[in-house]
Amino acid sequence: MTGPIIDIDGVSKRFVKSLDMAERAARLLGANVREFVVNAVDDVHLSIRQGEVMGLVGESGCGKSTLGRIVAGLYAPSAGTVRFRGRDVAALEGEDAREAALKVQMVFQDPMASLNPRLRIDEIIGEAPRVHGLAARGEIGAYVEAALQRVGLDPAMRKRYPHQFSGGQRARIGIARALAVKPEFMVCDESVAALDVSIQAQILNLFMDLREELNLTYLFISHDLGVVEHISDRVAVMYLGRVVEQGVSEDVFASPNHPYTQALLAEIPTFEAKKKSYSVIKGEIPSPIDPPSGCHFHPRCPHAFALCRAERPPLKEIAPQRYSACHLNDAT
Amino acid sequence: MTALLSIKDLRTYFFTDDGVVKAVDGVSFSLARGQILGLVGESGSGKSVTGFSLLGLVDPPGRVVGGSIRFDGKDLLTGGEPALRALRGKRIAMIFQDPMMTLNPVLRIDTQMIETVLAHDNVSRTEALKRARDALVMVGISSPDERLQSYPHQFSGGMRQRVAIAIAMLHKPDLIIADEPTTALDVTIQAQILAEVQKLCAETGTALIWITHDLAIVSGLADRLAVMYAGRVVEEGETARVIERPLHPYTKGLIASVPQGKTRGARLQQISGMPPSLRNLPKGCAFRPRCSRADEACLEEPALEEKLPDRKTRCFHPWSLDDARDTRRQAPSKDGMAETTT
Repeated sequence: MTGPIIDIDGVSKRFVKSLDMAERAARLLGANVREFVVNAVDDVHLSIRQGEVMGLVGESGCGKSTLGRIVAGLYAPSAGTVRFRGRDVAALEGEDAREAALKVQMVFQDPMASLNPRLRIDEIIGEAPRVHGLAARGEIGAYVEAALQRVGLDPAMRKRYPHQFSGGQRARIGIARALAVKPEFMVCDESVAALDVSIQAQILNLFMDLREELNLTYLFISHDLGVVEHISDRVAVMYLGRVVEQGVSEDVFASPNHPYTQALLAEIPTFEAKKKSYSVIKGEIPSPIDPPSGCHFHPRCPHAFALCRAERPPLKEIAPQRYSACHLNDAT
Repeated sequence: MTALLSIKDLRTYFFTDDGVVKAVDGVSFSLARGQILGLVGESGSGKSVTGFSLLGLVDPPGRVVGGSIRFDGKDLLTGGEPALRALRGKRIAMIFQDPMMTLNPVLRIDTQMIETVLAHDNVSRTEALKRARDALVMVGISSPDERLQSYPHQFSGGMRQRVAIAIAMLHKPDLIIADEPTTALDVTIQAQILAEVQKLCAETGTALIWITHDLAIVSGLADRLAVMYAGRVVEEGETARVIERPLHPYTKGLIASVPQGKTRGARLQQISGMPPSLRNLPKGCAFRPRCSRADEACLEEPALEEKLPDRKTRCFHPWSLDDARDTRRQAPSKDGMAETTT
């Protein structure tokens, strides 16, 4: 039994749009303007064990990417702590902090937006290992070639620019760059969303191969439930900044507990021999600026009752390894 | 029953400085009234250009260079621009991937909808407004009166797409061409839109061409499927039978590479390589370099032929013909995929 590699403990992230000068002046004059506060991530607990793939699903605006960026160290949490191998990342200093930062890497959704268009790919991939002294100056060429080969790219392409590659190849470059600093933990934020189905399958296979080869742990963020079900050992479902359900993938997909998860799973398009009639969850995702009271899902939930409007349901263990945040579990 | 739409050997080429790009190269299919056709393919397969060609929306340097498009007995390619204008929006409507493209950001929804009604019908503004309101109700928009007064930016993505569908439905067209209309939407919203479209088509008898890269979406929606690769239709047939027993190796690969619960832990079957550049297509069958069944025969261009009753494919070595016996021996799997792998 290994301990968690990443432990997310009560992490929240608030984004505040502060007032500009004109708005402050307007407020002094009695206008009704106020600061916008978005609770993008709201008190999330999640621990990820060595070697597993943790899937994180949810619709746009649910905070899944923000959580991924907090884990990767790109945002500082507003509250709570992220622990890497038991040590609070925020409290580390000097060499330890650098070490922890290198060990957690991120692969972004849009490879074109995350690769510098003016750099050749040997520079894109080689820069970090050179700066961090992972490869000696003379060996950097060989190091980059090995990195390219590992993700299935021809090392002869190392002098090209990002625009000379196809979407699938760019995704591979993004992965090679993340792997170049020998991470132990990868945050994959919608890393296959922009790819065609046949290319997506290649990249998913690559992720799985790398995981075995390099003993990696993934936080795999996606809105595509099919992809997450395929790749994840465990899965967490987010809705408006909160984790509403969490558990072993097989269990969650076989018998979802939270009404939101149930609705989400009912709507995955699947191959079916006959026509499907789409059942529908009503309404839209509420604005995170002004989320509903109590359980955020209650306006769309078919089972909502008075308590759901008043009180936030805690994320409780409803079965071994299985957590859900729903008042219905107490009602019975 | 005669076909509402029948496309024969449609070819749309783009004459660029770097050479001719054969975006659509010999596409044929037909569609009956009230039928839903799923036009499936990866990026660059020519599926969207096929849709644009139908409405004469291909801009230079692109041009339709050959073939025929017959809509309700009339040839759209020889009719000229005025004839097309009379059809567009009235009898054939289009829904685009990005509803922001369809909606004018500086006009209120009511202005835009009334304009659409008046473009084809000589009715009063009050009457037009009433029709706009009814259309919004039909696509499931609550408080339509209030919504008519709003601007597009005040809507969410899903609502905008509903408005775009409402505008497409204003004239109760015979055919709607929908180009990836749910790709930018969340799963729950996508399901709402699919449910809405399914209902509307059943109620009004509108035929629909649903262009998408996602085979899973159309498998639950379309009556028929046409799979495109490198500008050509490589397989066509009734949806359930195509999914159950794909003939073309590309279709089979496409179905197998969709990740699902059943594939957990296992490697996904992948199609090796990448889609070819349309400027530089391989000789013969365009799928040949990625195909596991290719041999010398594939250096010739295969024709789209009926290999099984009502099942066309463009392949010399289709699956399921020689494997038909094996497939029958196995109980058909629940997910509708024949599990014959080599």
